[in-house]
Amino acid sequence: MGNFLFPVAVFFAAIFTDNILLTNYLGMCSFLAVSKELETSAGLGIAVTFVLAVTTPLNWAVYYLVLVPFQLEYLRFIVFIIIIAAFVQLIEMVIERYSENLYFSLGIFLPLITVNCAILGASLFMVIREYSFITSFFFGLGSGIGWFIAIMAMAGIRNKLRGAKIPIGLEGAGIALIIAGFMAMAFMGFSGMIQIT
Amino acid sequence: MARGMVKKTFLTPLGKDNPVFVQILGICSTLAVTNKLANTMVMVLGVMFTTALSSWTISLFRKQIPSRIRMMVETLVIATYVIIVDIILKAYNPEIWKQLGPYVGLIITNCIVMGRVEAFALQNKPTLSLIDGLASGMGYGYVLLIIAFVRELLGSGTIWGYQVLGSWWTKWAIMVMPPGGFFMLAILIWVVHEGVMKEGKNG
Repeated sequence: MGNFLFPVAVFFAAIFTDNILLTNYLGMCSFLAVSKELETSAGLGIAVTFVLAVTTPLNWAVYYLVLVPFQLEYLRFIVFIIIIAAFVQLIEMVIERYSENLYFSLGIFLPLITVNCAILGASLFMVIREYSFITSFFFGLGSGIGWFIAIMAMAGIRNKLRGAKIPIGLEGAGIALIIAGFMAMAFMGFSGMIQIT
Repeated sequence: MARGMVKKTFLTPLGKDNPVFVQILGICSTLAVTNKLANTMVMVLGVMFTTALSSWTISLFRKQIPSRIRMMVETLVIATYVIIVDIILKAYNPEIWKQLGPYVGLIITNCIVMGRVEAFALQNKPTLSLIDGLASGMGYGYVLLIIAFVRELLGSGTIWGYQVLGSWWTKWAIMVMPPGGFFMLAILIWVVHEGVMKEGKNG
């Protein structure tokens, strides 16, 4: 595969074969807590996608332009989490200032995002896999879209399950995890599509 | 400090207030490494170390931290301990460090660490917070070790890397792949919840 196509391949891999939620278990907490309603899932999904697409390349820039030249790689955890928190805070303020509607539909999810493991996880994967700047943008965007698809599918299935009789012990998290398991199996069907290591 | 209090603080997270079964917290970063028992053990030790010491540290400074920025301070303290774990692991066991990949760093966003600091360490004395953090880490750890044990046994026929099931055993490849983790946790939660429910009826 040519260099030119690599970011595109990473993009699709992040959505399907290497879905950040279903194969890497990242972002599970908010996934289980929020996926009860379709609308809130969509809101959180969009917010996660946006933050991922911006913070991954942003962290790339800070890591390779600041931390590596000064040999401070071991500080990356702290630096990444601060950047993510600061960025989320900034977005919250901007949205609040310019669009009240958007603030009420999206803004309430933003604080949840700082502690979403998927965001930090994507940045750490980006470092370990040594992606370039462009690739890390596509990786962040793809991961976000993958997370969005997963949580929307989950919310849809849970909606359908509302009237179903579920064993008492499985109600809530139990059944959600089983659904996630089946979804992960379904996504494994994509695995022959793209090979990225 | 009364001894009863210490005992209660230690036992609650292991039993009736288990972070994984009851609160479904913090499974994000660690479920991913439960396909091998040895990796899980390392990860669990890392989480225990982080929870215990960050609870202790925050509790020590709980009167000095302004409540407006407490989240940021907590995150920084947690991140510091995670960095220590990361560096130690990289120095002494680079192989496992490589296999765990980003998951060591993700202890920072593990809800259990932050949850214990917020819920317990901010109101309690340092020693008690240390015990609470340690116990929460253990309560969380043994659940993951059970999951890892079953996944490795059924998925690869090994325990801690040693072959226990002979060649007659057909490996359940699904167990070491991502869906296996979801199913195992769901089954465990199911079993525990059924048990709790029966206890509730009797008592």
